[in-house]
Amino acid sequence: MGFSVSNMSSDHLSGQNLACIRGDRPVFSNLAFDLPPGRALILLGANGSGKSSLMKIIAGLLPAISGEISIQGQNILGDKDWISQNVCYLAHKNGMKPELTVAENLTFWARLERHDGDIREQAVKIGIDHCLDLPVSYLSSGQARRAALTRILCHPGNIWLLDEPTVGLDSDGVALLSGLMNDHLRRGGRILAATHIELGLEADKSSVLNMADFAYQMPDILEESLL
Amino acid sequence: MISLILTIIARDLRLSLRRGSTTIMVMGFFVMVVIMFPFAIGPEQNILQRMSVGVIWVAALLSCLLSLDSIFQSDYEDGSLDQFILSPVPLELVVLAKCIAHWITTSLPLIIITPILGILMNLPEQGYFPLILTMLLGTPALSFIGGIGASLTVTLRRGGVLLSLLILPLYIPVLIFGVLAVKATIDGYPATEHLMLLISFSLFSAAITPWAAAAAIRSGLE
Repeated sequence: MGFSVSNMSSDHLSGQNLACIRGDRPVFSNLAFDLPPGRALILLGANGSGKSSLMKIIAGLLPAISGEISIQGQNILGDKDWISQNVCYLAHKNGMKPELTVAENLTFWARLERHDGDIREQAVKIGIDHCLDLPVSYLSSGQARRAALTRILCHPGNIWLLDEPTVGLDSDGVALLSGLMNDHLRRGGRILAATHIELGLEADKSSVLNMADFAYQMPDILEESLL
Repeated sequence: MISLILTIIARDLRLSLRRGSTTIMVMGFFVMVVIMFPFAIGPEQNILQRMSVGVIWVAALLSCLLSLDSIFQSDYEDGSLDQFILSPVPLELVVLAKCIAHWITTSLPLIIITPILGILMNLPEQGYFPLILTMLLGTPALSFIGGIGASLTVTLRRGGVLLSLLILPLYIPVLIFGVLAVKATIDGYPATEHLMLLISFSLFSAAITPWAAAAAIRSGLE
């Protein structure tokens, strides 16, 4: 696989030769991607094809068996300081405490992530501002997802890792989200999103990474010896 | 850094206040365990008096154990733990803050109701102050050592029993010196060495727990 060497020192976020094993099962191998600023990469693939694993590897939550992820010639795989400043990760789970109100949750993360974005202003953009003072346990799953997306909007990071961002969202929510994602791209942000539905991104700004292309294949020699 | 630790502690205290039930149930359990002994052994005052310190300490250990798995469990389940790892705050500091919060929400209430249990167990007058002092000095070690156990079992479903098996043996030194210190004072001997050992357990566990537990959480999440 490979991208030209000139990318190595560019501001593209690029991964080379990445491999991942969960338990004893190889998930993907030889995976490569390239993500210039202002572009989105949509991860497509069946359940279990490693979309979430790839995001966790980029976020430094999972170790990669091999390969590297680099930007401007610097390997950022597992570089906690770089990741915490530049990567903003929305997982399957919202990371919101049901006992606390939406505003309390968001203020807590804002303090920890050391930024002081206006929470109410961001909440208006995703249509959750009327719930800011409600405990998260009172929210529907779509509202809770919007609350979690507000955290992403407040985060100063350039790289958004969105794992199924539209889960639970109604059609209005999806429309709002795609508008916000397009805004982020226009500002020069990058998005890596795993999704099963159309996100409504501007066509010339997004490309697709098909996880099936990188499914682990047993080396021929091994396969022959097993047969 | 200090303000970040305080932020995390404040959040955990607020969570515990909103949930309410955990702290109250742990206190209830503490009282119930101690009350069982007069029923089981009978109301003979001198036997109860001899056992009182040990019984209260053992009940405190068990109550502490009861709430240990809550240190990281709910953060793991709702995805907050992942976000802690991604945040610029070192995971070691998060662990430290959460163990301190656990001490405030579990051990501190137990210490506050200990005098009432002393009356139940016919604790000698001169034993109250040393008992509370030893608990203040010794219980931080329970929360910190427990934090290591909680971090090791956080990804296991129903890790509670395993957690007890892992952690209870490590509580034995705290128990021994906690009880010895009170007994020495009641019998009129100085208890300085015992107290210093208790302090050293607490400080030592406070020093190693952040590193050990953070490493356990990171490898557990893989």
